[in-house]
Amino acid sequence: MNSLDNLREVMRRDRVFDFMLQTTGLEVDLSHGTILYLEDISVSFDGFKAINDLNLYIDAGELRCIIGPNGAGKTTMMDIITGKTRPDKGSAFFGQNINLMQLSEPEIAQAGIGRKFQKPTVFESHTVFENLELSMAGDKRIWPTLTAQLNGIQRDKIDEVLEIIALQEQRNLYAGALSHGQKQWLEIGMLLMQSPKLLLVDEPVAGMTHQEMDRTAELLTSLAGTHTVVVVEHDMDFVRSIARKVTVLHQGSVLAEGSMDEVQADPRVIEVYLGE
Amino acid sequence: MRIINLIKHDRGGQLFLSVLALATVLIPLLNLLLPEGHPLHISTYTVTLLGKYLAFALLAIAVDLAWGYLGILSLGHGAFFALGGYAMGMYLMRQIGDRGVYGDPLLPDFMVFLNWDALPWFWYGFDMFWFAILMVMVAPGLLAFVFGWLAFRSRVTGVYLSIMTQALTYALMLAFFRNEMGFGGNNGLTDFKELLGFNLQADSTRIGLFIVTALMLALGYIICRAIVTSRLGRVAVAVRDAEDRTRFIGYRVEHVKLAIFTFSAVLAGIAGALYVPQVGIINPGEFSPLNSIEMVIWVAVGGRGTLYGAAVGALMVNYGKTYLTGALPEVWLFALGALFVLVTILLPKGVIGLMKRKEAQS
Repeated sequence: MNSLDNLREVMRRDRVFDFMLQTTGLEVDLSHGTILYLEDISVSFDGFKAINDLNLYIDAGELRCIIGPNGAGKTTMMDIITGKTRPDKGSAFFGQNINLMQLSEPEIAQAGIGRKFQKPTVFESHTVFENLELSMAGDKRIWPTLTAQLNGIQRDKIDEVLEIIALQEQRNLYAGALSHGQKQWLEIGMLLMQSPKLLLVDEPVAGMTHQEMDRTAELLTSLAGTHTVVVVEHDMDFVRSIARKVTVLHQGSVLAEGSMDEVQADPRVIEVYLGE
Repeated sequence: MRIINLIKHDRGGQLFLSVLALATVLIPLLNLLLPEGHPLHISTYTVTLLGKYLAFALLAIAVDLAWGYLGILSLGHGAFFALGGYAMGMYLMRQIGDRGVYGDPLLPDFMVFLNWDALPWFWYGFDMFWFAILMVMVAPGLLAFVFGWLAFRSRVTGVYLSIMTQALTYALMLAFFRNEMGFGGNNGLTDFKELLGFNLQADSTRIGLFIVTALMLALGYIICRAIVTSRLGRVAVAVRDAEDRTRFIGYRVEHVKLAIFTFSAVLAGIAGALYVPQVGIINPGEFSPLNSIEMVIWVAVGGRGTLYGAAVGALMVNYGKTYLTGALPEVWLFALGALFVLVTILLPKGVIGLMKRKEAQS
């Protein structure tokens, strides 16, 4: 193509330049029923391929469990979705229209992806109530944050979430004083306050008692449908109790996908988990 | 009304502001009304000394805002303090006019001494008080903004950031020592005559400066208190405790840090501007890293994360410094070092933390 053609291409009246497209503050488009597209993603750290041509699709409203042996790339995958790690190649789309590659972590959070860390991370020197207040969806720029006042609707929203995570009685307690399990729930509550479309939950039951686990399973299943929930977990009993669809990751790519029974019967999965 | 709301649940702050108000009224009265020789008379020298301490207290509040609430241990707040001081010093130099040793109507003495024949461009405008006051805030604010924008965007945190702030103030000290910089080199700016037409040597001016400093300290405290009780203040604490979490719930951590750090630097600059007319000199020694470390010690001694604790710490340590450098000059630096070690080990929450603990026990 010679330079005249190039110029003609640039000057076309129906042309929309990429940089003119709005990238932030978009409402996620779920018209095709798929909320997350990860395609051909690879990322390596110092030559080690943590993610290797990963393809993963999550439907809107589903509860998906992701399992896999240590080093399978589960946490790295979450890092990529939330913008913490940039992949070497591939594409990640949230709904039809939001390109996650172009957004920073806060922008991705604002777009509607919430993340719970492996280790429960709450603001220990704030009360439970304040933890939820800070996480609430809204304008999070400097000046609006400085002048923000809670209104009745927002208080109701916080109360509602407190009820979901069963921490009403601890509302004025410092988060640092909560038990391990309560911190995990508080963190899930903080995700809910963001009104996310997609929740990424990393090892929610690590270190929990059996009662706490049951409670968490109940919580996560009740969230599916209105939210899309992706759970990464090691505990097979827990996965069995909540999973409808399971994806097995191995060496950075998808090994198997299906219901828990199908996956457990798959010889490749058995080999990965049990060895030869 | 809003001010009352701000300090309603802040008993330490109420006490601090009340004592400050009382001192602001009483100290000038004791100086003016009682004759010299009366046991309760406070000399003008003491009033100026206290005024200096109050300027340090404002500086300590600025350090506490960045360190205690945002978690940025700045070892370079002396740079912002000194820049504010230099801006004020430049105004005071221009006010000398032709009363300098060389009697040049335009150029300050040190420029005549260096055989300069014109005022450098960055000295323009400093003959106007409003411009100087603007620069008192803009110069440190701009430095903090540029430094913070680069550092926070690159996610430099913790001890690395502290070392960088230390290097920043050290570099500025070396730069200001150079005569070519045009800020008086080694000697700095001194021999001030008057401020807004008031003779700086006069008792009434000194008392006026003390009162203004006390009022600015109270105002600085209230504004900082407003910030830390707002949602932005809670976000700052969130950044301090769990930076990643804050980012993943959608706050732009670097913007939060930048805003509060810059405000803290502006406050430090104002403290510097209040300090200079009271001590009558500003020189590059104010940029020395040791000074910035001392500021951190004031805050640690008082108790960080309370604001008023920082102010109390600044007053206590500076009183100790005045006393010790007079009585046992060689001991001061050892005492300062020992103080820091002891406070870190025994009083992690400072004197205020100790008092709160005592209160909780009884």
